[in-house]
This record gives sequence, C-alpha cells and structure tokens, in this order.
Amino acid sequence: MLDDFMVRAALAGAGVAIAAAPLGCFVVWRRMAYFGDATAHAAILGVAMSLAFSMSIFIGSMTVALMMALTVSVLSGRGYAMDTLLGVLAHSALAFGLVAVSFITGVRIDLMAYLFGDILAVTRGDLAVIWGGAAIVVALIGWRWSALLTATLNEDLAYASGINPKREQLVLTFALAITVAVAIKVVGVLLIAAMLIIPAAAGRPLSRTPEGMAIAAGAIGIFSVIAGLRAAYEFDTPAGPSIVCVAALTFLLTSVFRNVRA
Amino acid sequence: MSLVDVEGLSVRYGARTVLSNVSLRIEPGEIVTIVGPNGSGKTSMLRAIIGAVKPYRGRVTQGRDVTIGYVPQKLHIDETLPITVSRFLKLPSGAAALDIEHALAQAGVPDLVNAQLSQLSGGQFQRVLLARALIKKPDLLLLDEATQGLDQRGSASFYQQIESVRQETGCAVLMISHELHVVMSASDRVICLNGHVCCEGTPAVVASAPEYRALFGTGTGGALALYRHEHDHGHDHGHDHDHTHGQTHDHGDHNHDCSEGSD
Repeated sequence: MLDDFMVRAALAGAGVAIAAAPLGCFVVWRRMAYFGDATAHAAILGVAMSLAFSMSIFIGSMTVALMMALTVSVLSGRGYAMDTLLGVLAHSALAFGLVAVSFITGVRIDLMAYLFGDILAVTRGDLAVIWGGAAIVVALIGWRWSALLTATLNEDLAYASGINPKREQLVLTFALAITVAVAIKVVGVLLIAAMLIIPAAAGRPLSRTPEGMAIAAGAIGIFSVIAGLRAAYEFDTPAGPSIVCVAALTFLLTSVFRNVRA
Repeated sequence: MSLVDVEGLSVRYGARTVLSNVSLRIEPGEIVTIVGPNGSGKTSMLRAIIGAVKPYRGRVTQGRDVTIGYVPQKLHIDETLPITVSRFLKLPSGAAALDIEHALAQAGVPDLVNAQLSQLSGGQFQRVLLARALIKKPDLLLLDEATQGLDQRGSASFYQQIESVRQETGCAVLMISHELHVVMSASDRVICLNGHVCCEGTPAVVASAPEYRALFGTGTGGALALYRHEHDHGHDHGHDHDHTHGQTHDHGDHNHDCSEGSD
C-alpha cells in the first residue's frame, strides 16, 4: 500500500493535519497566527543550514524554528509592538534563508520544494518522521491540555491554580517548532500557518467545547488533505496549495453555516 | 493560624516599586477590603498572594491546607474559543457534576451549566467566575474588583451574593473594591493601600483616619453613615470575629503620609 505515492502523500498530509489541529486551536485562541507564520518562515534558514552542513532537514529546520520562536518570546514586550517585531524577524529570516541557500554550491536545490512543499515525493522515511513528530506534538498538547487551556483563558487564573503560564507558553513554542519541521515537506514554509489556522477557524462554528473544536479541526484538516490531493491529481495543480484551497473553501462553508444559523 | 500571612512585602516591576514593606494577615472568616487609588498596588498585592508575582522583599505564607479561590478582574474570552460554563468550571483539574451544580447555585446562577462563556452578560460572567472560585471549597476568596463594569444594582447584588456565600461556607474574603459605600457596609476590616499600608482597621476607624481622607476626601461621610446603619443590623454570621487582633486597630501613631505615593 505504501508503494503508491498518492497513499504516502495522503498519510503524510493526514499526519500533519492531526498535529496541526490541537496546536492550531491554541494559535487561534491565543492570537498567535502571525507568530506561527514567523516561526515557519524562519525554517527556510534552517533548511539552508541543513544543506550546508549536510544535516537532516528535520533537525535543522526544527532548531531554527525553535530559536526563532524563543527569540520572539524573549523580545516581546520590549519596546516594539508584537506585529512589528514578528514582521521584522519573520521576513528577515526568510530573506536570509533564501540568500543562504543561494550560496550552497554543488547540488542544485529545488527551492520551490521547500517553499511550497513536495508532498508527492514523500518517502517512507519522511512518513516515519512526520508521524513521529505528529505523535510527539499530540502527546505533548494532550498532556498539558487543561493547563494550556487555563493559561490561555487568563494568566492570573492559571497562577492561582498553580500553573505557570510561561512554562505552558514554552510547551506551545516547542510543539510549534516540531510541527513546522514536519510540515515543510507537505505544504512548504509559506503555507504551514495556513494548515494551522484554517482548519481550526473552520471548526469553530461547529463546536461548543475546546475539545470539540480540536477534533473538528483535525477532521477538516484530513478532509482537506484528501480532497486537495484528489483535486491536484484531477486538475494537475500543485498539491500543497490545492490542500490549502480546500481548507479555505471549507472555512467559507462553515462560516456561512454559522451566519445562517445565527 | 492565619490563612495568609504577608510580611514586609515589596513588589517591583523593573525599577518601579509598586508595594513597599506591606504586612497583613487574613484570619478565618473575616471580610477584608483593600481600598486605594489607581496604581496603589492593590492588584499586585493579590497577584503576590496567588504567586503570579515574586516578592522583591518579604514573604507571603499560606496556612497549611488553605485553599484559595481567586476571582479575577473582568476577563476577556476570545470569540474564537468555544467553551461551556461547565467545562470552564472543570479547569484545570476536573470537578464532579454535582459540585459544579452546587457552586453555580451558590453563586446565584444555577441555570447556566450549558451556556457558552462568550454569550454571558457581565453580571452572569462575574458569577460564573465566582462559582469557579467556590468549586474547590476555598477557605479564602480573593476578589479583584469583581464588579468592574457592572451597574450599581448589579454590583450590589453581587456583594450580597458574596455575603451569603460567606455565611454559608464561613470562608474569609479579601477583596479590592472601588465602591466605598459597599466596602464600608460589608467589610469587617478595611486596608487603605497606597504603595504601603496607609491605615487600616474597622470601616469606621478607617473612614475617619486623616490618611484615608487625604486620599478619598471627606465625601465619604455618607458611606460611613450607611456603614453605621448597616452595622446596626449586626453581622452575626455564626462565627466570631476577633476584632482585637494585633496589628489592626491601633491608629494612634501614623507617621506615613498617604498622599506621598509609592515612587
């Protein structure tokens, strides 16, 4: 079964969708959308470094994504508005990454594969990395779920319950870095934030509890992967962007559903 | 044994000192109110008690096995976060359905179990926050301007709810309030804070203290009258308030000037 590249692609996409669902909900609830974007954009610098030092792309991009996320966490609230800070860091990291890639001689690198993903070229090894990463993210968020939720609602409420909101923020940051690293192959650095935010936002009108929203986001994410791959095959369109297009259309549908119901 | 014992507490944010050398104790069952102008360190005081800010100097000690219920200032729930009242009350470590019902009833909103948090009115929301604080059967309730944004009727009925909770459970209450008339009628003890403790004691004592008048003017004479009136009805809650404990009521030798502020 794994011999079929479409099956491998669908499984890879589903793995990313599952990791992105609970994490994406927190990104939406905590208004971290731009933060996710910045972390993802920084990963291209990680890709360049991995190629330069012939390391695993997964390790390289995860390290840089983590460093980026930590830098933003530390710098926030020190003189610049958050969106300015993220705008500076995200786009400079992307630019430095692109420049760094151009320095790498020898192997001719298909940059597009890292910017937009190359889900149809997923190998068995990639699948193992993606599902391993997804399992870590889901386990981490599942383990800290109630604490994360309390800290998201109100920091002082969290402190009063013996939860340190700063530690929970670190958990999210770490989960985000892993997700970025495993999603590069699937949707590329430019569309990772879309996989985080769109399914979660599309799941919002369908849910009454936080857990319900995470499950809805997962289901919508998996549906988008399968339908998007199918569409890409049918119309000969790029796979990663097709997946995001399906997710966006689903968001449109559930938003209409909410407004009709209201 | 006191529920909470704050000794010589100083709190700093960067180079700015918001509290210096504040000491206070909360005894079981009493209602204590902190009053003070904006920026006087009231919220920092409560945040230090729940452990959200580290003391720069001094210390905060909780009595053994003392449970604290915390009701924050009005908190904003993002539209994007779907959550029912009962799920909210289970955070972070779960609660039995029966306890949830009981806490909501105590807080005066028994019908909201399945309501969405983001759909509640201001008054309902504050009561749900109160219910969440009550669910652990606290020995001490901390309320940080819990009636902000409520109209006068809403806040009066909220404080009545607090009073009835106290009668039912016997918990102590430490609250911050701007509403001096409520403070004066409902508290056993008032602490007037302005970076340091300006004056403290029974409402009558505080209201007539020159430090208090320097901060709030003499326009609170009416509040004092109200307090006296209310107090004639007695505050018999089935437990003793020891109004003579230690540090509280000796106001003979004030040498701080309240209006000098903290920085």
